[in-house]
Amino acid sequence: MTRMMMLTVAALAFIAPAVAQTATAPIAVSDAWARATPKGATTGAAYVTVSNHGAGADRLVGASTPVADKAQLHTMIDDNGVMKMRPVAGIELTPGAKVALKPGGYHVMLMGLKQPLAAGQSFPLTLTFEKAGTIETTVKIAKAGAMSGTDMGGMNMDMGKH
Amino acid sequence: MNPRNSLLVGLVTFLVLIGMLLYFEEFTPGGGTIPAIGGPFSLEASDGSTVTDATYRDKWQLIYFGYTLCPDACPTALNEIAGALEVLGPLAAKVQPIFITVDPQRDTAKVMGDYVKAFDPRIVGLTGTPDQIAAAAREFRVYYAKAPDKDAPDGYLMDHSSIIYVMRPGDGRFVATFTQETTSAQMAERLRKFIANS
Repeated sequence: MTRMMMLTVAALAFIAPAVAQTATAPIAVSDAWARATPKGATTGAAYVTVSNHGAGADRLVGASTPVADKAQLHTMIDDNGVMKMRPVAGIELTPGAKVALKPGGYHVMLMGLKQPLAAGQSFPLTLTFEKAGTIETTVKIAKAGAMSGTDMGGMNMDMGKH
Repeated sequence: MNPRNSLLVGLVTFLVLIGMLLYFEEFTPGGGTIPAIGGPFSLEASDGSTVTDATYRDKWQLIYFGYTLCPDACPTALNEIAGALEVLGPLAAKVQPIFITVDPQRDTAKVMGDYVKAFDPRIVGLTGTPDQIAAAAREFRVYYAKAPDKDAPDGYLMDHSSIIYVMRPGDGRFVATFTQETTSAQMAERLRKFIANS
């Protein structure tokens, strides 16, 4: 094998997995939203839907955003009516899984907000996956206490639920 | 089973039934017994004034305990309450939602005032000394505790009961609970019935 061929093979071995990953885009991030925060609040929550279209399992392991000092994956545990918020190390994404972070369950807790989150605005959020690496998404800000990203204000959207 | 044993089983069953009866009697709204949930409290309103359980007795009180750094459960509950006020329209004048902090260390009167305004200016936010908060929580059987979290502001989050208590006007007696799963529409409907039947 010539020196040139060896270099080419080495280069291909290095590039191929990256190309394969981009081509299949195993992890999709959608519907990112957050609740507007009251004046003076230093914490907030962001919600996002994560789908695993890949053949292998992956894990959402972290988040970061320029609008807060820290972004942490949290879950809410309803222990007989006592709400306990706890950090989680990761959120499992089995092949085919679609996990919605939503009020009352998983959320990205934003700590040390640099300014209140104002309804109608948006901010970038970077999610880190164990295998897929980092994916950036845009988080839309809905009204304080909204139950979904389309709950933009006025009457509550859950009118039809009862 | 010999007769002596069956007599014993019968006696135990009888006592358990009596116990259950007494237990549930306590929770029966409008029953003859002393209300089990709710009682006297003295707290601080966002303007610094002292308020008590008697302050809002002319209205149907919706009492919820939480804290302002809570990014998930409390905004959900307060949003459902704000939505219920909207659905009630003019009848909302007969309802007084009250948000009481379980985190007096961080939730000052001003912080509470600013926080509730983001949901609905008709909601009042109350704080107090740690002793006052503990006493109020005890009256409502609300559990709360600091949960250490090194990344959280001041190194802790709060665990807390997430229940909305409905207290009737006049004697301020407990009549019902809502949870954060109760929708605005459901809350409004039940409040409308309570008000109509009062």
